[in-house]
Amino acid sequence: MDYLVRFSQTYETFRLPELQSLATLEGIDMKVVSYKEDSPFCIIHLPNPSTEAATRLVKRAILVQTISELWGHGATTPELHASVKSTSSHLWSKYRNSSFKFWLDSYQGCRSNSARLSLIKEFAYLPFEGTVNLKDPEEEFAICEDWALNAVPDNLPDPKYYYLGRRVAKGARDLPKKLDLKKRRYISTTSMDSELALISANMVMAAPGKMIYDPFVGTGSFPIACSWFGALTFGSDIDGRSVRGDEKERTVKGNFEQYGLVQRMGAFFTADLTNSPIRRSELRPGETGGDGQKGRVFDAILCDPPYGVREGLVVLGVRDPEGKDSWKVRLGKEMHEDPAYIPPKKPYSFTAMLDDILHFAAQTLVDHGRLSFWMPTANDTDQAIATPTHPYMEIVSVSTQTFSNWSRKLITYQRRPDIEVDPEALKAKDNSSHETGRTADDLNPFRRNYFSRFVPETPGVTPKGIYRTT
Amino acid sequence: MKVLTLNFLTCAVKACKSSSDSFPLHPKDAELVHDDVEVNAQLLTNLLHRLDWKALRTTATELGFPDLPETAPTQEDLENDEKTLKDLHNLLIETQMMEGKLVCGHCGHEYAVREGIANFLLPTHLV
Ligand SMILES: C[S@@+](CC[C@H](N)C(=O)[O-])C[C@H]1O[C@@H](n2cnc3c(N)ncnc32)[C@H](O)[C@@H]1O
Ligand SMILES: [Zn+2]
Repeated sequence: MDYLVRFSQTYETFRLPELQSLATLEGIDMKVVSYKEDSPFCIIHLPNPSTEAATRLVKRAILVQTISELWGHGATTPELHASVKSTSSHLWSKYRNSSFKFWLDSYQGCRSNSARLSLIKEFAYLPFEGTVNLKDPEEEFAICEDWALNAVPDNLPDPKYYYLGRRVAKGARDLPKKLDLKKRRYISTTSMDSELALISANMVMAAPGKMIYDPFVGTGSFPIACSWFGALTFGSDIDGRSVRGDEKERTVKGNFEQYGLVQRMGAFFTADLTNSPIRRSELRPGETGGDGQKGRVFDAILCDPPYGVREGLVVLGVRDPEGKDSWKVRLGKEMHEDPAYIPPKKPYSFTAMLDDILHFAAQTLVDHGRLSFWMPTANDTDQAIATPTHPYMEIVSVSTQTFSNWSRKLITYQRRPDIEVDPEALKAKDNSSHETGRTADDLNPFRRNYFSRFVPETPGVTPKGIYRTT
Repeated sequence: MKVLTLNFLTCAVKACKSSSDSFPLHPKDAELVHDDVEVNAQLLTNLLHRLDWKALRTTATELGFPDLPETAPTQEDLENDEKTLKDLHNLLIETQMMEGKLVCGHCGHEYAVREGIANFLLPTHLV
């Protein structure tokens, strides 16, 4: 049966990937029949029997408002009614005695009360004998209208398209409020907004019984979202202060406590991704069977790597160990057992870090395990950073959040089983293309552009939409 | 830090990765706590395929738990024998290491654990 998904008209490019991920997670064979970025209405097909599957599909979908059985659709009202009659007449008798209501969902449009009523009255041919109940009906029927942009100021008489649906279930539009950063005990300037964190958790199919890791954990927004959906989560950060917080209430653990999720905290620790203590399995491209998943423990990796704006992106080490930094090396030898000792760090290349993440994911994810990360880029295509690739990591989706002069993308991959990977492709993977250089600017194209081309006219004013400090 | 984590962690020093002595890390002066956690059979089943059983036996012994059987239980064992499931759950999921050190058996480097948070940052001469 076909269903009408009523998306929210935000984060457009995240909507289908989120829904498709949930379909995969729930084992539902969903086919997209029609979808457009500029419309909140999408038609999908689900195999029969499908009501229960439709409910399951959207129950945790952050960008879905509702899902309805599609009773008909068309570009004009006569077309709509013809479609309703041919598609849904076999269903009508089921609802003969139910209490019900009709309502109008006019996207980008507006109708007077009388116009609304006369439209609803056009459906009088439906043989419903139950009472009309506006407050708590057994069945809700939505007449959905897709109006053109500016339909209201331009005084357009009719929408572009109509749908009629019987509502089956609601999505999870209210969930982000429960994890709202404004009410969270411990956050920082780079904490991920709860709506986007939950969407990201859906992209990696977080669920009970799974283990998910964030190697740039900061204040823990992603592990919290993943644990909300039942996963056991792990996280680490090169900055020990971020995990420890103030060592009292304002800590990553405090956040888990706030949401009643402490049981789902696996481990949080201090580590540099490029010198990680996580055990990795050797890659065996082209091979079958063997030890299977041994050594690969994570179902998903979800993170927001440091962009390198302002503070710079760092790894352990010093720039000049033999020369002017040699005293730091000596200091480390003497001091490293002191709990207060913090090892020195040096700038690193952003694109190299992205490659490191992909390789790390290939070595630690189970077959078909997912990696999702956020990546900034310029809107200007000359300066845009290419989507990183790896022979082991198949791209599942790329979604973009656009700001005035930059964007960030959520890129989702899934780990291929060894047998699907060409050993030659892995050998050929070229690591020589990274920026070479020593300063943070040399190493990081996004940072460089941020401080040159993207800079605002007034010094000291942060461009709108940028609130990053790392 | 749940004990399960010790089965995924090795020495962060690159030169140690190829040595079998660097895994598992050895707990020293470990302070453990027990938290009651609802049993998640699905999680334990998933874990079973991913655990390094030999390393887990070492960890269990070093932490003072009763010896684990020589071979890993099978999925059927977990399904049919509640005690096996409970014991594994108790060790891996309910037990946390809060204080102490994790020591590499190859280079001897000690990673401190404070308030359940391990520190794997290396001084420059080990990077
Ligand atoms: C964009 S923030 C992540 C924020 C996090 N998602 C949150 O919600 O709080 C990036 C984090 O990466 C950390 N970081 C930078 N370099 C790192 C490295 N080499 N290894 C691990 N973490 C690193 C920074 O300390 C920072 O906390
Ligand atoms: Zn070592």
